[in-house]
Amino acid sequence: MRIIEARQIADTIAQLCMDANYHLGADMLAAFDRAVQTERSPAGREALTMLKENARIARTERLPYCQDTGFVICFADIGQDLHITGGLLEDAINEGVRRGYTQGYLRASIVEGPFRRKNTGDNTPAVVHAQLVPGDRLSLRLMAKGGGCENRSQFKMCTPAEGLEGAKAFILDCIRNAGPDACPPLIAGVGIGGTFEKAALLSKRALFRDIGTPNPDAELSALEHEILNEANTLGIGPQGYGGDTTAFAIHINTCPCHIASLPVAVTIECHAHRHQSAVL
Amino acid sequence: MATAETRLLTPPLAATDVKGLRAGDRVRFSGVLLTARDAAHQRLVARIDAGQPLPIDLHGQVLYYVGPTPPRPGMVIGAAGPTTGGRMDAYASKLMALGLKGMIGKGSRSRAVREAMRQHTCVYFGAVGGAGALLSKHIRSAEVVAYADLGTEAVRRLIVEDFPGIVINDVYGNDLYEDGRSKYARPEESKRSSEGL
Repeated sequence: MRIIEARQIADTIAQLCMDANYHLGADMLAAFDRAVQTERSPAGREALTMLKENARIARTERLPYCQDTGFVICFADIGQDLHITGGLLEDAINEGVRRGYTQGYLRASIVEGPFRRKNTGDNTPAVVHAQLVPGDRLSLRLMAKGGGCENRSQFKMCTPAEGLEGAKAFILDCIRNAGPDACPPLIAGVGIGGTFEKAALLSKRALFRDIGTPNPDAELSALEHEILNEANTLGIGPQGYGGDTTAFAIHINTCPCHIASLPVAVTIECHAHRHQSAVL
Repeated sequence: MATAETRLLTPPLAATDVKGLRAGDRVRFSGVLLTARDAAHQRLVARIDAGQPLPIDLHGQVLYYVGPTPPRPGMVIGAAGPTTGGRMDAYASKLMALGLKGMIGKGSRSRAVREAMRQHTCVYFGAVGGAGALLSKHIRSAEVVAYADLGTEAVRRLIVEDFPGIVINDVYGNDLYEDGRSKYARPEESKRSSEGL
């Protein structure tokens, strides 16, 4: 059995929080480069060009890419043969968030409760999803999730009769509804199958796949392309100013479901798609 | 850099400045912007409803919907891009009635707010959402003028230079989001959005 200290987890999370907010990933930069070449709308191209420059400033000056430095969502895959000492996993993750957001000059965007909206001051707590996996490693995948786009995420219990066409129509409706508010070009993380909460988790996990890499399942890959092409005929465009680049990617995860159900969850993600990961 | 077609605005604004703007116009602001987002709006409107004076004079002002990140030592502000304007729809009309002339945010406004903009001669501008680092480079100073306890949501007085924006809603009922969508959508989709589906 391997042993790691909770302190190592906190140190890693602090670093990931800062890296995620200053450094837009290579996958996203490549998506911007492609879109600037193909976008027909002048206002859309101007917005994309500004966002590329924004990414450069953020990276070189260690300034957050977006002032909404997000709600930290952390997927922790814990090897069954790993033992964490010196504290609880969730406490260590929150300690990392506290340090990363304070020392990194990132915004505290979390309030104590939905009605008593007092800011907690250090962006804690994070949303932690832990699961056991084979092996003796700890995989930490972290996303700084913006509030404006999360507000446009949706869930629908489709019926089996509605099938693939029903799911497709719902995903497109979500993108249409997200419109200019959610900071397009968007990414849709989609979870289809399971139960109410399982579909939502799948939709979040789907966002960790690098933009531009195909779904390993050929059928789902084709479906993602089809929905992406349709999304990009909606006309919403970068920032909603009109144009061809409404979405950068559609990522779909599926899993088994009940004979009565066809759950579809869509997490809407903005172009400030900040995700980082590490293995301890 | 400002181009020939870019409108240069020096807020506070007069009604005549606002009437000269059309949806889709590129603008650059050099002057004063006041900041407020959800929590500050709630407090301001609570005071209006209670018949109490506001801690800021809104006459001719432009409100920027932003909650910046904390500045690093030696900087005036951190990242400072716009937040979603629609969340301020519940409050905006009452602020326009007190002389507000402009709002800067991102995302669509309600029909009622757009109607209030026509009535009170006020324009809604878009700043590029998510461009927090870049937009902060156009902010020369930032001073908290009300509700310091709200932290990032406090009301700040910003002095900006060459701050880029685009007119989303003008006082003539035009909406850049609708115009843009109908121009680039495939025909079935344009029909759908014009029917309000």
